[in-house]
Parts: sequence; C-alpha cells; structure tokens
Amino acid sequence: MASETTDAANAAASACVDAGGGAIGMPQLCADWMGNQIFWLVVTLVVIFFILSRVALPRIAAILAERQGSITNDLAAAEDLKVKAQDAEDAYNKALADARAKANEIIAAAKLDIKADYDAASAKADAQIAEKTAESEKAIAAIRAGAMESVEAVARDTAGELVVAMGAKADAAAIDKAVAARLKG
Amino acid sequence: MATDSKEGGQELVFHPMDQFIVKPLFGDGPVGLFTVTNVTFWMVLTVLAIVALLVLGTSSRATIPGRAQSIAELAYGFIRKMVADVAGKDALPYFPYIMTLFMFIVFSNFLGLLPGAFTTTSHIAVTAVLAMLVFVAVTVIGFVKHGTGFLGLFWVGAAPLPLRPILAVIEVISYFVRPVSHSIRLAGNMMAGHAVIKVFAAFAPLVLISTGIGLVVTPLSILAITAIYALEILVAFIQAYVFTILTCVYLKDALHPAH
Amino acid sequence: MEGDIAQMGQFIGAGLASVGMGGAAVGVGNVVGNFLSGALRNPSAAAGQTATMFIGIAFAEALGIFSFLVALLLMFAV
Repeated sequence: MASETTDAANAAASACVDAGGGAIGMPQLCADWMGNQIFWLVVTLVVIFFILSRVALPRIAAILAERQGSITNDLAAAEDLKVKAQDAEDAYNKALADARAKANEIIAAAKLDIKADYDAASAKADAQIAEKTAESEKAIAAIRAGAMESVEAVARDTAGELVVAMGAKADAAAIDKAVAARLKG
Repeated sequence: MATDSKEGGQELVFHPMDQFIVKPLFGDGPVGLFTVTNVTFWMVLTVLAIVALLVLGTSSRATIPGRAQSIAELAYGFIRKMVADVAGKDALPYFPYIMTLFMFIVFSNFLGLLPGAFTTTSHIAVTAVLAMLVFVAVTVIGFVKHGTGFLGLFWVGAAPLPLRPILAVIEVISYFVRPVSHSIRLAGNMMAGHAVIKVFAAFAPLVLISTGIGLVVTPLSILAITAIYALEILVAFIQAYVFTILTCVYLKDALHPAH
Repeated sequence: MEGDIAQMGQFIGAGLASVGMGGAAVGVGNVVGNFLSGALRNPSAAAGQTATMFIGIAFAEALGIFSFLVALLLMFAV
C-alpha cells in the first residue's frame, strides 16, 4: 500500500505522511524518523542515567541505610531498656521475697506469744477447774453422807412403824441392827 | 493505507496509526536528526517525571517517608531486589543502568496512556535501541568476564553428546533472536493496545451518523475503551517489568554462562 | 480497493498471521494456569517463583508477538 500513495501529493513533511496529515503505512517503520528518535532516546537515557547514578540512587541508598541504622540503634536502645526493666523486676521480686520472709517471721513470733499466753491461761483455768471439782466432790460427798443418814433414819422409823402396825412391840435396838444389816447389803 | 471507510453516507474515520506519527514540535519542517519533535517533548516529560519522583520526592530525606519518597524507595528496592535475585549479587554494579531502563520504560508507558499523548516506547526504533544496548552490553560483559568460556553458554553440557551441536545451533539462534523479541515485545504491546483503543474510539461517534445502530455501538465502544484502557495500565507496568527482568536474565547468562 | 489481488493477499495473509496470536494466548494461559495450580498446592513457595512465571510468560508471548509483527508487516510494509 505504500506504493499506492507515493504520489506527488505527499510533498508535506515527510514520505511517511500523506497530504491530509494521516500516516502512510506504519509510522514505526518510517526510516526518516528513526535517526531523530534514536538521537533523542540516547540523550534521554544518558540524562536519566546520570541523574539516577549521581543523585537519586545514592540518596535513596543513604536514606535506606540511615533508616536501617536508626532501626538498629532503636533496637539496641530497646534491648538496653529491656535489660533495665529486667533488673528492676528482679529487685522488686527480691524486695517482695524479703518482705514475705519478714512477715513470716513476725507471724511465727506472734504465734509463739499467743501460744504461751494460751498455755498459761489454759493451765490457770485447769487449776481452777480442778479446785472447783474437788470442792464440788467434797460437797457431793457431804450431801451423800447426809442422805445416807436420812435414809437410815427413815428406814428405822418405817421399820418401827411397820412392826407396830403388825401388832408387835418395837424393839429399837433390834430394828437398828436389822436396818444396819440391810443397808450394808 | 485504507483508513477511511464510508458508512451510511457520512464518514466514520479510522486513523489508528496517526497517533504514532513523529512531527516537529515547532513549525512544519522535515524531521532531521536534531529536530525537536514530539518524541523529544515526551522524552523530556519522562525525564521530568523521573526527576520529580526520584529526586524531588526524596529531597526531604525523611526517616519516615512521605508518599513520593515511599514510591521512590519501593521502586529502588523492587529493581534492586530483582537484579540481586535474578542476575545475582555480582550484577549489582549494573543496577543503575537497569534502573534507568526500568524508570524510562515505565514512565514512557504511563505518560503515553494520557489522552492525546505520544508513546515513545511504541516505536520499534526506540525499543530496538534499548534492546540492542542490553544485547551488546551483555555480550561484551560475557566475553570480558569469561573470555571464550562465554561460548559455553551455547554448549549444553547436560545434553547427550550427539545432540550438543544441534542444540548449540539452536542456542545461537535463540541468542541472536533475543534483541528482536526483547524490543518487539515492548513496542508491539504498546502499539497494539493504543491502536485498539483508537479503533474503538473511531466507532464511538457512530450514534451521530446513524442513530439506530449507533445507540448500541456507541455505548459498547465507550465501554470497550474503558476496559482496554484499564488493561493497558496493567500492560504498561508489566511490559516494563518484563523488559527489566529479561535484561536481568540475559545479564545472568553473561555473568554465569555455565548451564 | 476493487480488483487488487495483491492487496487481497495482504489482508488474507495478515488475518492468517493473526491466528498465531491465539497460540500465544494458549501458551500464556498454560503458564499462568500451571503456576497457579502449583502455587495453590504450595503457597509458601509461590512468592519466590513469581519472577520465573513472568519470564515464562514473556517467552510464550514472544512468539505471539512475532505473528503480530508478521501481520503488521504484511499490512503496512509489503
């Protein structure tokens, strides 16, 4: 088709553009323009290369290295702080353990005191109780003796009365003897 | 070139290739070697964009980066890691040039997507120079570093002995086809995408010519332009990435030619 | 446009050459599909192989680009 339109009509800018400004064939294959493109491409590449290798890339590398450095520093600082925190925690734990031991001592001493007081009070109470028990026992024995005497008297009287009621003559001495014999079992 | 087709009495104009025409920026003269053309204009814009991102964007040198500085650092880290991973640590001295290639291609592609823009990377002349620079550089580096040992690249030691001469021929051919595919891939992708957008754009005014079909075709073509444009944004980045990573692969062959 | 057999040949040839781009599409789809099925089996290894996938895509695509180039040359340069 290139052959079809190579009239005198395209006296315009180039052999690759027709009179109406449209492309003839593929503009990519137009040899007239290649030199220009290659020239400007090489200029562009050289400019970009120098900008990148002289300014941009070293700067970005420096930024990244600096950031890496500050990250490393921060990590080291964090490590220090962590160690410090560990120390503080250890000290705290030690203080806590000391306080606990002291408290245990105090508790043990208090327990001993209390036990001594308790023992003394307990012994005193025991003595009092024993005393009271002895007194009570004595009183009970007295009461029991009293009661025995009463029983004897009642039995003698009852026996005498029974004998009288049966029509016999009460002999006091015989009744006493019989009652005593009976009570003795 | 039959770009005008008559439909319904009025004209629906197809000029998908006109966007690639190189013309002088000032006046109407012929395009000489040093003429300031639209190529120059868009390449200068590319340089300015790169300067804005990588130099002005990082001028604060902040430890906690702003937006532009983040993108600049991201691009730096991305390409540097690619070079180190694909081509090896000993390829890092060539990192500035690979970065230059990547930044130039990616910004040319993106600037070319602006409506009315001229895409410098859609021209085979441009991409061929980029690819030939890589090809020549890789070949020279290979021979300088390894001498004739570089030819071991073509001698596949892992293959059975009778096969090796045949493989060597294939390897040599594929080695010399590299700059062709390397350059045409970029230019072809850019040119195809832009031409397709232009063709759909030419269908868009159909509603003004014949209202009947136009009511269907015009919205469809606008939708298609939007979709292809989104795809082209993706392609613009991926092609820059592919060009750069292939450069790294070729560089790896030059630095470690053993198979 | 009428009666120009050479031009008809150009257009038919360009259309036929474009068929080759379908092969590139199949190839690229194959590469990405296999990458994805591998990546879903072993997601931890996937991130390191993305670059390899793109290299594979680039090589598969190159041949499609060649057929595109042939089509363009037939259309515009012959």
